[in-house]
Amino acid sequence: MAEDQTFEFDVLVIGAGGAGLRAAIEAASGGLSVGLVCKSMLGKAHTVMAEGGVAAALANVDDRDNWRVHFSDTMRGGQYINNWRMAELHAKEAPDRVRELEAWGAVFDRTKDGKILQRNFGGHKYPRLAHVGDRTGLEMIRTLQDHGIHQGIDVHMEVTVITLLKDGDRVCGAVAYDRERGRFRIFHAKAVVLATGGIGRAFKITSNSWEYTGDGHALAYHAGAELIDMEFIQFHPTGMVWPPSVRGILVTEGVRGEGGILVNSEGKRFMFEDIPDNYKSSTADNPDEGWRYVLGDKEARRPPELLTRDHVARCIVREIKEGRGSPHGGVFLDIAWIKEKISKSEEHIKRKLPSMYHQFKQLADIDITTEAMEVGPTTHYVMGGVRVEADSQMSTTVPGLFACGECGAGINGANRLGGNSLSDLLVLGKRAGEHAAKFAGEHGAGGIDQSQVEDAKRWALAPFERFEGPGADPEGAYQIQHSLQETMQDLVGIVRRGDEMERALGEIKKLRERAGKIGVPGNREFNPGWHTALDLDNLLTVSEAVARSALERKESRGAQFREDYPEKDPDKWGKVNNVVRKAADGSMQLKSIPIPEMPEELSKIIKEMG
Amino acid sequence: MRYRAEQCVHSRFLLLSEMSKTTFRIWRGDREGGEFRGYETEITEGMVVLDAVHQIQAESAGDLACRWNCKAGKCGSCSAEVNGMPKLMCMTRLSDLPLDEPVTVQPMKAFPIIKDLITDVSWNYRVKKKIKKFKPRPPDAEDDTWRMAQEDIDRVQEFRKCIECFLCQDVCHVLRDHDLHDEFIGPRAMVYTAALEMHPLDTEDRTEELRKAYGIGYCNITKCCTKVCPEEITITDNAIIPLKERVVDDFYDPVARFLKRLGRGKAKAETEAPAAKPD
Repeated sequence: MAEDQTFEFDVLVIGAGGAGLRAAIEAASGGLSVGLVCKSMLGKAHTVMAEGGVAAALANVDDRDNWRVHFSDTMRGGQYINNWRMAELHAKEAPDRVRELEAWGAVFDRTKDGKILQRNFGGHKYPRLAHVGDRTGLEMIRTLQDHGIHQGIDVHMEVTVITLLKDGDRVCGAVAYDRERGRFRIFHAKAVVLATGGIGRAFKITSNSWEYTGDGHALAYHAGAELIDMEFIQFHPTGMVWPPSVRGILVTEGVRGEGGILVNSEGKRFMFEDIPDNYKSSTADNPDEGWRYVLGDKEARRPPELLTRDHVARCIVREIKEGRGSPHGGVFLDIAWIKEKISKSEEHIKRKLPSMYHQFKQLADIDITTEAMEVGPTTHYVMGGVRVEADSQMSTTVPGLFACGECGAGINGANRLGGNSLSDLLVLGKRAGEHAAKFAGEHGAGGIDQSQVEDAKRWALAPFERFEGPGADPEGAYQIQHSLQETMQDLVGIVRRGDEMERALGEIKKLRERAGKIGVPGNREFNPGWHTALDLDNLLTVSEAVARSALERKESRGAQFREDYPEKDPDKWGKVNNVVRKAADGSMQLKSIPIPEMPEELSKIIKEMG
Repeated sequence: MRYRAEQCVHSRFLLLSEMSKTTFRIWRGDREGGEFRGYETEITEGMVVLDAVHQIQAESAGDLACRWNCKAGKCGSCSAEVNGMPKLMCMTRLSDLPLDEPVTVQPMKAFPIIKDLITDVSWNYRVKKKIKKFKPRPPDAEDDTWRMAQEDIDRVQEFRKCIECFLCQDVCHVLRDHDLHDEFIGPRAMVYTAALEMHPLDTEDRTEELRKAYGIGYCNITKCCTKVCPEEITITDNAIIPLKERVVDDFYDPVARFLKRLGRGKAKAETEAPAAKPD
């Protein structure tokens, strides 16, 4: 086997979705050397799947919008346990970040007077999502990619990082392997930015691809970083449910933003029946008002389909559980009905939701301009992630380690509003890149400890030896991954209970033991069985973090719903975040930390906005 | 009644559900060579080719290499040739294929093999980097941005739907049969160039490169690329032919070239952009 390849950078960015690309562009802008590592090919990351739009208070469609309203909406959506400083920075800086994309060649849909068009979305008071039909994420990642390739960034495609290297407390590099040949690549870096996305593959039904195995979360955890808010997993209310092979694939919230309604098998628009108190004053109580809102009537309140994702997902689960679901275990999402309201509705739907039209026509034989879709909740996003300082995005405990995008945490609190992920990755991605560059400028390179490198390599190659070694009785990686996904889906899913989560933790422990016996056939060249075996370790780590954090939080808030603690507990759990960290003995330790008090200017905004 | 219980049950799914095992012939091998190998797997309702490949991977061929990500036709990773046709495996329904004979799955032909269904598509990334990047005119609206009418960006948005699956490159005979990767950038890169050239804000001029380095003359408009595009981009008619016209205008019609340069120069002078290149 060939020698390891070694690379040296000022800043190493791991992950090349929107956040990683934005961080890399920023870090490279000052002339530093930047390496960008991605598990897939460039431009294929999960950002391409983002459909609805990017949230920014541009006020192009409704001039009442501004950063204060966006901040207040984000905090309300997150049930006030968000990192308020991040929410503030995000709301203030998102408009500039979106305008910057336009200067880099992005082509957003336009208003009649030629500005960037904005659409309605769940939890956003005013039309706020800049978009391109229903393929906004593709537009964004392509813009960042096409801009980024001219910035002198050294891109390593189809390369997976397996461990971070440390010099004392600080991070100083990473060990990775290339998928093509299975050769190791050793990266030396003064600063490392994690932008690896989410953990969706821990669950059976998910909108996430194979890549989303919590790599950044686990790399950071093992390097000594803290993970915060891991109990909060967003189950997007509308994933496809049928046919079986497409179960979980995302159906954009934009369908509801354009007037789509949720209906049960009795033909009833059930979202009107359960509107939470804190949203009553801003939610329509009849279909007519809801439709006027969709048309842009500023006096009208938003339809209940546009309540926050956590709430809509639970209402759908209730309809299904109580026997009013659709034939394949979902509910109906109907955009075709707007033909009663507007002429040429077919054309309108195809223009506003082209990929949804395409997706249902090709994969489910459904023409969404004439028929209702069947949808149900799907694991979509993790609010939890690496605990970082708000302004710099640097880890609270590991100097030189930064995190942004989905693998960073804090901004979303207990629930993320749709459209905030795309703006978050721009705003905080830029900040991570900027501060990583600053750190790299202020610190020399750390020293590489060769024993850490050798340990990582030995660990990575062990599955091949276990397959063939004497007395080998290897376990299969796919089977263990499958069992883990079943466990998390069934026991740590949308509706949670203490006893079930205890059981889940027991299962995870057993699966971890089995994972230690995984054997992989074949060689190191593009071997998906091997890749799955290595990724599984990360999945097990994040699954344990999710289950432990969810078990600890004895209340229901945002994305976490506890059947055994169905109410919110503002006095205790409304004031803390859960944090997990790896203890000296290797075990996972959890503590609850108080949320710092909000400065008066911010709390005033929240009071004013209601 | 609009929400009938049976509304989603379609006849062809019922037909398929009666079938059971199907045979797949999948190309296995690496740079040195390889062969088709047969696999049998159970087919269920609504399955696409990628599902079958994954199932085979989990059941009997753990090291079978294929790329995929979104599984919804949005990322363009799982390109391959199914029964000889360039396709996204995630969007190719088994119910659309004749299942009484084996389904053949092989890697794209226009690119070097890495392993099994994986090809080395890095050439596409290198080509893209060579194309002159977006160069906007200075902002001219009072808020320091731009105004663009929707009808002026419709065409560019069509091009920007491209998911970079490279199926158009795979089917293009200039690349596939004649291997002229050094002289012709291929349909994908033409669409990319067209998106830049027709962008209302862009001020760059790429016609010289189109004629020479990008090799636009090689395209003889067989439209195979348009036929295989999963995003239904009208590659030949809307992107390549208008680019050919620009090249013709610029290099073979001196009057048109003069007027165009004059117009461009004026627009640039007004916005204080750098002057057009001298002829």
